[in-house]
Amino acid sequence: MKTVIRKLIEQHGRLPVAMSTLADGQDLYAAGLTSFAAVQLMLGLEEAFDVEFPERMLNRKSFSSIDAIAACIAEIAPQKAVA
Amino acid sequence: MTRNSNLLDRAADAAAVAAKYCDEVDAQSRFPTEAMQALKDARLMGIMIPRDLGGEAASLRDIAEVCALLGQNCASTAMVYAMHQIKVSSVVSHGADHPWHRAFMACIASQQLLLGSSTTEGGGIGGDLGNSICAIERDGDEFTLRKDASVISYATQCDAILVTARRAPDAPGSDQVMATLLKSQYTLEKTAEWDTLGMRGTCSEGFIFEGRAPAEQIMPQPFAEIAARSMLAHAHLLWGALWYGIAANAVSRAQSYVRAEARKKPGQNPVGALRVAEAASMLQLMRSSLNAGLERFEKAQLANDDLNSMSFAIDMCNLKIGSSRLLNDIVQQAMMVCGINGYKNGTPYSLGRHMRDAMSAPLMINNDRIFGNTSNMLLVHRLDQRLAS
Repeated sequence: MKTVIRKLIEQHGRLPVAMSTLADGQDLYAAGLTSFAAVQLMLGLEEAFDVEFPERMLNRKSFSSIDAIAACIAEIAPQKAVA
Repeated sequence: MTRNSNLLDRAADAAAVAAKYCDEVDAQSRFPTEAMQALKDARLMGIMIPRDLGGEAASLRDIAEVCALLGQNCASTAMVYAMHQIKVSSVVSHGADHPWHRAFMACIASQQLLLGSSTTEGGGIGGDLGNSICAIERDGDEFTLRKDASVISYATQCDAILVTARRAPDAPGSDQVMATLLKSQYTLEKTAEWDTLGMRGTCSEGFIFEGRAPAEQIMPQPFAEIAARSMLAHAHLLWGALWYGIAANAVSRAQSYVRAEARKKPGQNPVGALRVAEAASMLQLMRSSLNAGLERFEKAQLANDDLNSMSFAIDMCNLKIGSSRLLNDIVQQAMMVCGINGYKNGTPYSLGRHMRDAMSAPLMINNDRIFGNTSNMLLVHRLDQRLAS
């Protein structure tokens, strides 16, 4: 799953740094993720994992790192988390 | 309630001073020195600060009421006071566990300091406060900062300025921090005048800001957190409150005008009476949405994650857009009622200043920029369809 997440961040995150330099727990906002790009990333994740993020996950914290995103997806779509 | 009325009594004196000088402040485009001094004399600068640090722990609702009162009398004074309180809210919300900012809060309360803000930047950044070009440069235990600040309101009048900048020279534009610099720690070189249609007393001139201070004066949280958790709500609710004050005063002038007309010609409704009724209904909309916004904020404060949520951000943004639009519609309506007596300066029904001040509302953080943000959020956020929430 994290490989897919990484690919989506690369596509939508508009980060000024290479994805390969980012650890799973690293703060994506500190790496340059803007709130605009975060929404684009959410849309990409919803499409790729065929999920809809519930209201309570639509905050800064849920998308603050690769680990945090993976935890959100694991929670709303446990069957996809193993992929 | 008793605390609230006590604050309002104290604010009433300052509001009277503001009313006395408002035309002069407007005509000369000068800082409302007398009214701001009156606010300090009434010890109203540090009321948001916790009691153990010398403040009164006033709620946002209380402060909004003070802003509304000031807005009825002098919009520039109200805006300076609101901007100050927005800055105080960041220190109160994010500085509680931070030794330097705790001590600073005590100073704000005891010395009635006036805080300013530098978020706007030249070089294409403009009002996009989530981005910076300038960066904090660490130098041992200190840091230096040079910012092409295209707007800093009342910069030469304030005692400290809270400045946004990139965390470090190699940080991306959106990775920002906020630092507090005291007057003795920075220099200002003026680059732009403030000669505007309205809000002429805020003296929002442009400067090159250059400062040096101990690193402990940088707030530990990312600025994005500060913006989302304290600035967004405080700015939109306090601006909304003072805009409500402008609108309420415009409607009151229109109503007085119509009442005087009605007395002159008993038995027939004056032409403008219908428009006063319409303006009153718009004013009620504005008031209701602001009260709902304050309630929404009070609820969000209790639930930690809510302040960070998209639904809260969208609510606050919509409140700003709605109240700034209503304000302009209301003042326009009042002008139609008062006719030439509203159009002329120096009559009891003059509305030129109200109109010019009101025109700043949709522009300060341009409503179109806000719509840009909310339209992005609405791609994933689903609106609450219930009537009561």
